[in-house]
Amino acid sequence: MARDGGQQHKTTRKSTDEQDDVQVEPSEDVAERKEKLDDDIDSILDEIDDVLEENAEEFVRSFVQKGGQ
Amino acid sequence: MTVRRVMGSEVEYGISVKGQPTANQMVASTQVVNAYASAHGLTRRARWDFEEENPLRDARGFDLSRDRADPTQLTDEDLGLANVILTNGARLYVDHAHPEYSSPECTTPRDVVLWEKAGELVMQRGAELASQLPGSPGLLVYKNNVDNKGASYGAHENYLMRRDVPFGAIVEHLTPFFVSRQVVCGAGRVGRQQDGSESGFQISQRADYFEVGVGLETTLKRPIINTRDEPHADPSKYRRLHVIIGDANLSEIAAYLKMGTTSLVLAMIEAGFLTGGLELAQPVKALHAISHDFTLQTAVELDDGRTITALDLQWSYLEKAAAFVEQGHEGEDPAAGQTKDVLDRWESVLTRLGEDPMQLRDELDWVAKLSLLESYRERDGLDWDHAKLHLVDLQYADMRPEKGLYQRLVRAGRMKRLLSDTEIERAVTEPPEDTRAYFRGQCLTHYPEAVAAASWDSVIFDLPGRDTLQRIPTMEPLRGTREHVGALFEAHDTAQGLFDAITGR
Repeated sequence: MARDGGQQHKTTRKSTDEQDDVQVEPSEDVAERKEKLDDDIDSILDEIDDVLEENAEEFVRSFVQKGGQ
Repeated sequence: MTVRRVMGSEVEYGISVKGQPTANQMVASTQVVNAYASAHGLTRRARWDFEEENPLRDARGFDLSRDRADPTQLTDEDLGLANVILTNGARLYVDHAHPEYSSPECTTPRDVVLWEKAGELVMQRGAELASQLPGSPGLLVYKNNVDNKGASYGAHENYLMRRDVPFGAIVEHLTPFFVSRQVVCGAGRVGRQQDGSESGFQISQRADYFEVGVGLETTLKRPIINTRDEPHADPSKYRRLHVIIGDANLSEIAAYLKMGTTSLVLAMIEAGFLTGGLELAQPVKALHAISHDFTLQTAVELDDGRTITALDLQWSYLEKAAAFVEQGHEGEDPAAGQTKDVLDRWESVLTRLGEDPMQLRDELDWVAKLSLLESYRERDGLDWDHAKLHLVDLQYADMRPEKGLYQRLVRAGRMKRLLSDTEIERAVTEPPEDTRAYFRGQCLTHYPEAVAAASWDSVIFDLPGRDTLQRIPTMEPLRGTREHVGALFEAHDTAQGLFDAITGR
């Protein structure tokens, strides 16, 4: 594919340039960022834990549909 | 070259009765539709008019005889199931054992997503209202496609095409595109094989349920290219491409790219711009293999013996589309902004999928779902066959705002959107203004008592003092717009007045 070789299509090259631009922005300390991300994920899992149906096994087993189109 | 085209979507929702896995889902689906209809003043319940429907007409040029048809293919016989038309021009009804919402005809991918999202609200409200009926144990609706036990139900797309395009060209150029586009618009699934007998995650909900390359069926031996040929419009000018291979998307961006990129590929096929060279050796096998590898590394075999990844297949179509748009085929594009936006987003998504798919966790359904699942697997040490992961998959598509995981992600700012809640709310009751859906919807809004029946291509009035019903055909999808008929609705307080004005009496 052109994307992998040297003869990239204009469309593809453009995207690569943009990507490079984006990466120039000053980044936080990597470890700090990972920690923040982990906290973030923990918080969304906690939130989802609160709304997940109780008894996952039973709930999933009883979800039985008829075929459609 | 434009994304603009008459198109729409139809979504069959999963339905369950709380605590009653063996409850009759046809009855439950009917309750959802009827509850919505009666709560919204659609009490006359204008019937669906089946006169122009030919679900057994095959795009390859023959009619399947009714004797040979599987009973599930006969969708045009009114089984007495609930079936209503909404003021936004959509159809809300029961198909088989699922409640279904068919969007009104739209002209841009963004509009299709807007009216499909309005349909999610309609469906959820119908389920809520039905759950409030005395004695109801509660009804739940899901915008997904599988029960992971063998059953699948569809989320179809419809695209109006020029009739003169040879069907063989559609099959040739669309098949590799459909096999690969799941990396963008797959909804993600925990479980493999139709009955979920193998554990693992896959990119597409529907992939494992497709068994043949081309065919008329939609409920068995599902084909990658469906040949149903009911244009709901002048058949000498148009065909309606009925696409059954898509997943039901919750992500607005995924749904938008699904409709937008497909419309662009169809434009290239119509213009004879695609030259081929991407025919797959085994399309069905490739479809499954791509879905089963969420690292996106799997290469599938082409007819000429080369192998290619799904991403590179998509890049090939994107590069063609970009070149096509640049050449400015077919004059000025009335939707130029959206055409460019679809191309830009398509490119951006493919680029990031190639770098690290997880970058798309806040844009694409399958990545959002996979990201959640992987987090659970890491935190709780769960194997792919764990019930909790199946539950996350299922509950992602739960339409209840407080329970649906997609909706929780949106509210937590973890899913990017294209649309505002305000415009979606408006689309629940207002039709698109630039297709015949406007005429249909406005008839229902202004004269609900006088509309006896309607369909995609007609509105039938029951007018006072007349023994017979009066049918207004709407065979041209781009007529009956606000521009054409908007003033008539303002000028006439009664259906009789409107009818007389249209028919020149």
